[in-house]
Amino acid sequence: MLILTCPVCGVTSEETEFHAGGEAHLTRVGPAGDEEAFGDYLFTRENPRGVHFERWRHVYGCGKWFHAARCTTTLEVFGTYSAQTTEPPQAIRDRISQKRPGWIWRDFA
Amino acid sequence: MSKRLATGGRLIDRQHPLEFTFNGSKLRGYGGDTLASALLANDRMLLGRSFKYHRPRGLVASGAEEPNALVHLGEGTAMEPNQRATTTELFEGLSAQSQNHWPSLEFDIGAINARLARFLPAGFYYKMFIHPRPFWKHVFEPIIRRSAGLGRAPVAGDPDTYEHFHFFCDVMVIGGGIAGLQAALTAAQSGAKVLLVEQTAHWGGRAPLDGGTVAGSPVDNTVEEMLAALRALPNVTLRRRLMAAGIYDHGYVLGYEQLRDHAPDADGPRQRLWRIRAGHIITATGAVERPLSFAGNDIPGVMLASAIRDFAVNHGVAVGRRTVVVTNNDDAYLTAFALQDAGLEVPVILDARVLAEDSAAMARAKSLGIRVLMGHGIARVLGGKRVTAVQICSQAGDGTVLEQIGCEAVAMSGGWSPVVHLWSHCGGKLLWDETQAHFRPDVDKSPTGADGAAFVSAAGAASGAMRLADVLSSATAAGVRAAEAAGFDPGSVETPLAESPEEAPIAPVWLMPAHAGYDLRSKAWLDYQNDVKVSDVELAAREGFESVEHAKRYTTLGMATDQGKLSNINGLATLAAARGSTIPEVGTTTFRPPYTPISMGSIAGEARGEVFQPIRRTPLHDWHEANGAVWEPVGQWRRPYTYRRAGESTHDAVMRETRNTRENLGLLDASTLGKILVKGPDAGKFLDMLYTNMMSTLKPGRCRYGLMCSENGFLIDDGVVARLDQDTFLCHTTTGGAEHIHQHMEEWLQTEWWDWRVWVVNVTEAYAQIAVVGPNARKALEKLGGMDLSREALPFMGWADGTLGGFRVRVFRISFSGELSYEIAVEAGQGRALWDALMVVGYDLGVMPYGTEALHILRAEKGFIMIGDETDGTVIPQDLGLDWAISKKKDDYIGKRAQARSHMTDPARWKLVGLETLSGATLPDGAYAVGEGMNANGQRVTIGRVTSSYRSPNLGKGIAMGLVLNGPERMGEVLEFPGTDGATYRARIVDPVFYDKAGEKADV
Amino acid sequence: MSEPVTALGGAVFETGIATVREEPVQGMITLRGDLEDSAVRAAAIGASGAEMPDRGTITTSEDASLAWMSPDELMLLCPHGEVPERLARLQEGLGDAHALAVNVSDARALLSVVGPKARDVLAKLCPVDLSPGAFTPGMFRRTRMAQVGAAFWMPTEETFRVVCFRSQTQYVFDVLTVAAQKGSDVGIWPDPTGGG
Repeated sequence: MLILTCPVCGVTSEETEFHAGGEAHLTRVGPAGDEEAFGDYLFTRENPRGVHFERWRHVYGCGKWFHAARCTTTLEVFGTYSAQTTEPPQAIRDRISQKRPGWIWRDFA
Repeated sequence: MSKRLATGGRLIDRQHPLEFTFNGSKLRGYGGDTLASALLANDRMLLGRSFKYHRPRGLVASGAEEPNALVHLGEGTAMEPNQRATTTELFEGLSAQSQNHWPSLEFDIGAINARLARFLPAGFYYKMFIHPRPFWKHVFEPIIRRSAGLGRAPVAGDPDTYEHFHFFCDVMVIGGGIAGLQAALTAAQSGAKVLLVEQTAHWGGRAPLDGGTVAGSPVDNTVEEMLAALRALPNVTLRRRLMAAGIYDHGYVLGYEQLRDHAPDADGPRQRLWRIRAGHIITATGAVERPLSFAGNDIPGVMLASAIRDFAVNHGVAVGRRTVVVTNNDDAYLTAFALQDAGLEVPVILDARVLAEDSAAMARAKSLGIRVLMGHGIARVLGGKRVTAVQICSQAGDGTVLEQIGCEAVAMSGGWSPVVHLWSHCGGKLLWDETQAHFRPDVDKSPTGADGAAFVSAAGAASGAMRLADVLSSATAAGVRAAEAAGFDPGSVETPLAESPEEAPIAPVWLMPAHAGYDLRSKAWLDYQNDVKVSDVELAAREGFESVEHAKRYTTLGMATDQGKLSNINGLATLAAARGSTIPEVGTTTFRPPYTPISMGSIAGEARGEVFQPIRRTPLHDWHEANGAVWEPVGQWRRPYTYRRAGESTHDAVMRETRNTRENLGLLDASTLGKILVKGPDAGKFLDMLYTNMMSTLKPGRCRYGLMCSENGFLIDDGVVARLDQDTFLCHTTTGGAEHIHQHMEEWLQTEWWDWRVWVVNVTEAYAQIAVVGPNARKALEKLGGMDLSREALPFMGWADGTLGGFRVRVFRISFSGELSYEIAVEAGQGRALWDALMVVGYDLGVMPYGTEALHILRAEKGFIMIGDETDGTVIPQDLGLDWAISKKKDDYIGKRAQARSHMTDPARWKLVGLETLSGATLPDGAYAVGEGMNANGQRVTIGRVTSSYRSPNLGKGIAMGLVLNGPERMGEVLEFPGTDGATYRARIVDPVFYDKAGEKADV
Repeated sequence: MSEPVTALGGAVFETGIATVREEPVQGMITLRGDLEDSAVRAAAIGASGAEMPDRGTITTSEDASLAWMSPDELMLLCPHGEVPERLARLQEGLGDAHALAVNVSDARALLSVVGPKARDVLAKLCPVDLSPGAFTPGMFRRTRMAQVGAAFWMPTEETFRVVCFRSQTQYVFDVLTVAAQKGSDVGIWPDPTGGG
């Protein structure tokens, strides 16, 4: 059972206080999107062995969504950060680069 | 025979006699006994029958690793099966029964399996019972089920209580032996918060039995000194009878604390499951001795050398008067010395090793006059329900008997295996130590935690340190590592100087004698509890189950309740020999939590009975309960399904309530409906995105019905939105929808449109909401007085704030029944008083409360859809003929793009229609309509299904809604619905609005 | 209006290691707004008389408190009868600020767990470090209590106040009494009274 730190209220707690919300940094495709782009938006997800970016919600705490950068094999948490961003902050990316040189995730590295 | 010695027993209190029963016989023991030691003291050597062959079995071990001595403990509802006698502390009145025999322990008919052993090899069940197929279900399975299994399941509910406890520490030390004590002391010196747990009732572990000196004084004294030092530290918590059951991700440990198992009359919970988060964990879990694989090694009286020593020294109990010691290492000699000290006879020590010169232990044995035979082993143990003699052979040979020696017990030692379970639970890797012939933790491959750093260290024997000085220095090192990992500075730490006798190295012995024939190998047990022998593992290897995980499953080696604590290493060594490979090549099976079985009750904790799960109650719950409510669970809510009167059936009550609401006046507790406030300059824009229809154009004072879809286009919720003012909307959701629609809103606001200026608050529970429904609704409210509720003042789909009968209320003129209807919201703390007032004013007007089933019938009569009936997560609003509630003007709303996908616009999607049986009967809910032809599976083609079906008392017939292929174009057609009762129902496709098609009754 | 009633009518459990009690009606106002916004801060301070709470804390004036729920939410606690007046004062203070203030008194219940072993009781149900050094009076924690959401704080060293949803009051009361059952003290934390 993981421990996560909510970057919004600062509480570090066990997984039962949170709720996982799937892959982070998806871009919404609206009515103007074509079939393929919309299908990808709905259904195509990263399934990496290693570095991953996820959405979490502090459901039993402050109720806020946030992002977590995590390793799917070792469960190491590289950091948590605001949900109000479209890409991982540089500080988190640097930390991952230090620990997993050469990592790549979708368009990020 | 086994017996209590006249003196000795460091853990027992001879001034404190206890009485207990075993299989109905009254027996005596002492305080400090385990059930195992007390049984031995009463010459009870035969304690159970084995799983497969029903062989007589006695104790093998003295601790958590014991495979055989499993008993039923307690009686009646408190009876618990498969309890280990070795870890059960004796108490006054304890009652135990042996397991897995019929009709009695002494005479067991199942023992015939032992005679058939030759025909019951590994994989026997897999091979034998496959054919003929029907025989499995009707012949083999019933027989196997009756004869398999160890304990009986209890027949009644568990009367005890259990609880959880959350605990946080910097360093957790598992194991209260000398290594754990030293590691805890070291870590605690840094100021770190330390938790030290010990699974037994005693501190010190095996050190007091193994001897040696620390800083010049006997090790017993050292244990006491260390304990005193730890108790004096405010940052240390010490806990006995608490077993670490498992280590999990990110420093999570489950600790199983037994509070009342040894004191059943005390108050409080029986067990407590500790949910521990530790910064760093030290496993000081010691080591477990291995049996030797020789023929007859399962006969009662053949035990681990350490266990025989434990019972003699700890409990003053002799397993036999004459004990043959058989070993491949020096440690077992300590047992010979302890027995001789206790005045017992050791006729011979059989040492499988051939040493160039005598080891210190050997020399001491000889000086004490004990006969020592080097290079010798046991060919076979003689005896049935207890040991009578051993036949001696050369270890290097095939078992040719050289000599027979009479004895009552055999003390065997195949070496020691570090207890690596907890190290391994969360991914710690192991190394094969060739010198010590065991697997030990690979310090470079520890489990890693949230920060990517190692979070488990092993200490003492659990790390492979087998001699006292090494045990202490490894523990100090682990304590330092743990403190530093948890962010503390341990400062300079010294390990006390320890001395213990020199030991000669172990010589691995995986089969005794080395060239034993099949006859001997098929009597040499590896796994006692699951009856797996050397010959079974060899068979598995021959038949291709070479992977250790395959061999395990094929033979069931290590799959019993002891999880192979004694058998695993011997088993995989046997497998390695059969494959002609090395032990590290074979590897180990996966160690999984729990370390020993823990009770289901402790896992459930407080969650049982009334609080098994949360039940949500409305402000009117008590009234409903007192007035005959038949409860319906709706999510976690309890809502009245109907209110049954004396002598009335549930069905009749529903019919009565449904009729009365149309004819007179009904009251419904609608408090569970979700109520979400949405406020801000962008609130209208936001709701336009959430709902399929336009909400931003709603006028303050007005209500509008709306649909919400997921991004997949599927309908997820519906309800009435009221605009409170220019900036503020109140959104009603379904009962089940309040929380998840609130979260749905927050999710979009926080993660997609975070620049929109909208605040959302879920105010569902702030209000009691009562629907006042029926032709007399207005009259009743007018009797309460305080507001003008005329058609002109408050038209249909309007709302108003005001007072009614002195209550501050908000009245919504909305109708889910098609009748004149007002929904009245009042502060929850006033809900009951308002309800009572409505019952009073409604008395002359024929008021009756109605439940959810009447609500369903009323809405179905009107053709109103219900989320969860007409929808199932694959239905879009267009399927339900709700196109009128989908805005064509909006560029976007959640679900809009999805609803344009080809599958969603397919004209062949099933659409909503009404259904009426030709006979007037009620269609079975969920029934499928069948069409012409067959599908690929040879089944009738389906062309629709029933989504809601009721008996309508107002229309005097069955009415239904369903989704049907091309339904709306097929009005008047008759469909066939085969029921599960064998009958076929014929129903006509009709308009889904059965009642008041013009919609005049609600708008009066 | 009639006398407002609580969910359990003031239930009490006194035969365990701590006293569990449903408290009388309690005024509660939810304020959603940007807590960095000076107008929002001023309105909250004005309506409560309490200082602005830091993240994860609760502040108290003579008869009201402000609890920090999230960076955009406060809970104002006050006597039940004062809610309309304080809400009006809050609205007035907020003026045109983008904020939402609403009376949620009746949506919730207030319970107390009192006694030297009160920490044990909470620690059995919540995944929170409740050791005396880790959780102290003045802190405010929203978390999971058994299977539902709850929030709590400590007005004094021996008292917890617990807020839960009204519909779940019976459940919360019941799990607290199970956790407070006789003979169930864990006995690891020093007794704040110096006894035990």
